[in-house]
Amino acid sequence: MSSEHVVSWKVYLAVFLALVALTVITVEVTGHDFGPFNLVVALAVAVTKATLVVLYFMHARYSERLTHVVIASSVAFLVILVFLLLTDYLSRPWSLVAVG
Amino acid sequence: MSELAAHAGEAHHEALQHHFTSLEQQRAASSLGMWVFIAQEVLFFGGLFATYTVYRHAYPEAFSAGSHHLSWKIGFFNTLVLIGSSLTMALGVYSAAIGKKNRVVGFILATILLGSVFLGVKYFEYGEKIRPCLGDGPHTGCLVPGARFDAASLHVKGADLGHVQIYFSLYFAMTGLHALHMIIGVPILLTIAYFAWRGRYGPEYHTPVEIVGLYWHFVDIVWIFLFPLLYLIGAH
Repeated sequence: MSSEHVVSWKVYLAVFLALVALTVITVEVTGHDFGPFNLVVALAVAVTKATLVVLYFMHARYSERLTHVVIASSVAFLVILVFLLLTDYLSRPWSLVAVG
Repeated sequence: MSELAAHAGEAHHEALQHHFTSLEQQRAASSLGMWVFIAQEVLFFGGLFATYTVYRHAYPEAFSAGSHHLSWKIGFFNTLVLIGSSLTMALGVYSAAIGKKNRVVGFILATILLGSVFLGVKYFEYGEKIRPCLGDGPHTGCLVPGARFDAASLHVKGADLGHVQIYFSLYFAMTGLHALHMIIGVPILLTIAYFAWRGRYGPEYHTPVEIVGLYWHFVDIVWIFLFPLLYLIGAH
C-alpha cells in the first residue's frame, strides 16, 4: 500500500494532453454567452483539471490513506471558509453595493 | 533479527536518517509533511479566493469590465506554459524513480525554463499596467489601483469605476502571490537539479525531487483557478 508506485510516462503525457484540451474548452466556452452557466462551466473545468493534477501528477491516487485525509480536509476547510463567509454576505439586509 | 536483516541494505543508505526505521517510512513522513503544508497553502490562497467571491458577487459588471482589459490570449499562453512545466516536473520525478540521472537534471532544467517563461510574460503583463502610472505624465492606461488609476481608458459602461479598482487589487494580489510562489520555487528547483547532477538521487531515494514536484504542481493548480476567474469573466 505505502510502497511507491511508478507510473508510466504515457500516463503523464495523457494527463498533459487532457489538461491542454480542457484549457481550450474553457476558453471556447467564454466565446458564448450562457449567462450564469459560463461560471459554472469555468469552475467545473477548473476543478476537473485540478483533480487530474492531484491524482496523477501529485500521485494522490497511489498515496497513503493519511494523505487522502489531508487532501480531503484541506478541501473541506476551504468549503467551510467560502460557504460560511457567503452565508454572512448573502443574508445581510443591506448589500455591499449600497454601502459602496 | 530478521527485521534487522530486512533493513540491513537500507540502513547503510546515506540518506536514511537515524530516527526512521526505513527509507520508505522516511519518504512517507516527508510526503505527509509536504501535503500538510499544501493544505495550509490551500487556505492561504483560500482567503483571497473567498474575498474574490464576495466582491465578484457584489460587483459583477465591474469584474467583467476589468477582466476584458486583460489579454486572454496571454493568459491562455501562460496556462499552457505552466501545464507544460508540470509535465516536465512529473517526468523529472519519474526519471528519478527509474534511475535516469541525466534526464532528472534535464527535466528539472526544462521546468525552470518554462517557469521563467511564465514569469517573463507576467513581467511584461505587469509592466503594461504599471508603466503608465510612473512619472508626471497623463498616466493614460494606468491600471494600478490608487490616485493614478486611469478609469477613462477602460471604456466601461454601467460599471462603477471604483469597483473596477477592487478587481485590479485582487488581480495584483492573487497573481502576485502566485508569482511569488514560482519565484521561490525556481531556486529550490535549481538546488534539486544540482544535487541530482551530483548523483544524490536514485530509484531507492529521491524524496526531495518528489517533494519539490508536489510544490510545483500545487502552484500549477492555483493558476488553473486564477486563469478562468481573472481572464475569462463574461463572454469575450
